Amino acid sequence: MEFSYEVEGGNFAKAGNAASGVKKVLKQLNVDPKIIKRIVVALYEGEVNVVAHAYKGNVLVDIDTNRIYIKIVDEGPGIPDIDLAMQVGYSTASAMVREMGFGAGMGLPNMKRNADIIDITSKVGEGTVVELTTKLTS
Amino acid sequence: MSDQQFYHALKVDKDLCYGCTHCMNVCPTDAIRIRDGVASIRKNWCVDCGECMKACPVDAFYVEQDDFEKIFNYKHRVAILPSVFIGQFSKHIKECDIIDVLKGLGFTHVVPAEATVDVINESMLEGLKSDRDKPMISAFCPSIVRLIQVRFPGLVNNIIPVKPPIDSTALYYRELLQEEGKSFDEIGVFYVTPCASKIATVKSPVGDEMSNVDGVINMDFLYNKVYHVLKTRSETTDVCQETVPYLSPKGLNWSLTDGEASHMAGRCLAIDEIHNVISFLEKVENDEIINVDFLELRACDESCAGGVLLTENRFLTVERLKNRADRIASSGKYVLNISDSHKQLIRDNIDVGSIEPRSMMVLDEDMGIALKKMERVRRMMCYLPGIDCGACGAPSCESLAKDIVRKESHLSNCVFVQRMMEKTKKLDPQHSIRIIEKTWGKDRLEKDCKKKGAKNESF
Repeated sequence: MEFSYEVEGGNFAKAGNAASGVKKVLKQLNVDPKIIKRIVVALYEGEVNVVAHAYKGNVLVDIDTNRIYIKIVDEGPGIPDIDLAMQVGYSTASAMVREMGFGAGMGLPNMKRNADIIDITSKVGEGTVVELTTKLTS
Repeated sequence: MSDQQFYHALKVDKDLCYGCTHCMNVCPTDAIRIRDGVASIRKNWCVDCGECMKACPVDAFYVEQDDFEKIFNYKHRVAILPSVFIGQFSKHIKECDIIDVLKGLGFTHVVPAEATVDVINESMLEGLKSDRDKPMISAFCPSIVRLIQVRFPGLVNNIIPVKPPIDSTALYYRELLQEEGKSFDEIGVFYVTPCASKIATVKSPVGDEMSNVDGVINMDFLYNKVYHVLKTRSETTDVCQETVPYLSPKGLNWSLTDGEASHMAGRCLAIDEIHNVISFLEKVENDEIINVDFLELRACDESCAGGVLLTENRFLTVERLKNRADRIASSGKYVLNISDSHKQLIRDNIDVGSIEPRSMMVLDEDMGIALKKMERVRRMMCYLPGIDCGACGAPSCESLAKDIVRKESHLSNCVFVQRMMEKTKKLDPQHSIRIIEKTWGKDRLEKDCKKKGAKNESF
C-alpha cells in the first residue's frame, strides 16, 4: 500500500504532516506502538531536514505486512559530505533555523538510530534522497 | 485489545434525541453513530468527556446518577464535595453556609474531595523521579486516561499511576469514621460529580477493582437544591460561624487548570480542553516535545470548572475559587491535619494499578487482514463524496468506510452513492427511502413543523 506526501521547504508549521499521516495508518494496522514510534521519529526528522534545508520534497511510503519503506526525495542544496553529516552535532542549519529549536545536528544520526536500514544519496546542487526501511514486527 | 464493556454514565434520552448529528460531529473519538433516528454511543470508544452533552441542542444527553434517597440507606452519610461546587457561589455565601445547607438536606458529613492532595502531590513527585518516559502525564482526569488508552496506546506508560483525589479522600474519611467506632456498613460515601467521566471511574475504575464510593450525585442536581434553600430561607436564619477553612489554597485550586502543574517539579505544562490535549499528545507521540517533565491534561476547558454538570459560568467559578484561595492563603488559617499513619494508609492505596492500552483504531488484530481492510477503505473513498455530511449516520466518509469494513454499515447508506446506484438502476428509489429511514427513523422524511427551528416549535 502506497502513500505520498508533499513537503514544503521553509514551512515548519507543516513539518510532521507525513509523520502524523503514517502514524495514523500504522495504528490502524495494529503495529506495536514502540515500532510506530521509531518510524515516526525517523520520518519526522527527515521532514524537518527537508523543510530546513531544501526547497521542496516528497515523501513516498510503501507498507506491506513485513516492513515499511520510506523514500524522502528533495530538491535542495544536497549534502557534500554524507559521513560528516551523519556525525552527532554536525549541522549546517542557519541561525534562524537554530533559533526555532532545530539544527542541533541530531537529524540524520537520529534517523539512523530509528530505522533498520538507511540509505542516503545526494548530489550537491540538486538534492538528496533518504531511504528508510524498518520491519513492522519485532 | 479488550472486549470488556466499560461503564458509562452518559446516556441518550431516545424520546428527546432527534438525530441532529451535533454530538456525532464533535465527538473526539468518533464514538457516535445515528441509528433509527437517534444517537447511539459505542461503549468501547467513548471516553466520557461530555462533549456530546455540551453540543446537544435539546438536552437529550443525561448523566445517570444515583437516587438521592439512596443516601438515607446509611446512618452516616458523607458527601465528597469538589471545590468547584463551592466556587459556583458568590463570595457573599460562606463555605459554612453551603455546608450547613447540605447537612440540612441529609448529609451528616461534608468533606472536600481535594482534602488529600498533599499526599497525592508527594506520590506524584515520587512517580516523576522514575526512569519512565517523559513527559509523565497526570491520571487526574479520567477522560484523559481513557483517551490515552483508546487513541494513544503508546503513551499509557507515561501516565503516573497515582489515583485522583476522590478515591484517596473517600478512603481516608471512611477510615476516620471507622476509627470513631462507626461500622463500615453504616457509612455511605457519596461523590458529588462535576462530570460524566468521574462517575465512570467510580463505577468501573481503570485499574483498581474496588471503589470506596457508594454512590454518585450530579453536581447540577445538588447545586439547584442548595441554591434553592439559600434563596428562599428567611433573613433571620442563624448565620453560621466560619471556623477554620476546610481546604488549603492548594486543594481549592487543584482541580483548576495549572492546579497540579504548579506543584510539580521540572518543566511542567498544563493543557485543558480535549481537542487541545489531542493535538498536543500527537506531538508527544512523535517525540516533537522534548525536555518536558510533566503534563497536566484535562478534558474540559477551564478543567473541572468547565465540567458538564456545573451550572455557573466556568470563568466566574475559576475567579471565585482563586479569590477564595488567595484570601485563605493570606490569612494563613487552614489546617493540614492528616496524621502520618493516615498518610501511610493513603499512600498504600494510591496506586491506580495497570492502565492497559485498548486501541479502538485498529482495523484488525491481524496485520495482514488490517492491511487488506485499509486498502478497501481507500478504494471506497474514491466513491464517497468526501464532504462528511453525516447523512449516512457516521461522522465522516472515512468513518463510514471503516464501519463498512467492520461490517457495521453499507456503502448504500451514503446518499450520494444511492443517487448513483439509482441512476444505474442498481437501487430502487423506494429501497433508498427505506435505507434512509433505517438510519434516520421512520417518517423522518415527512413534513414536521414541530422540529427545532420550524414554525411550530414548542407548540
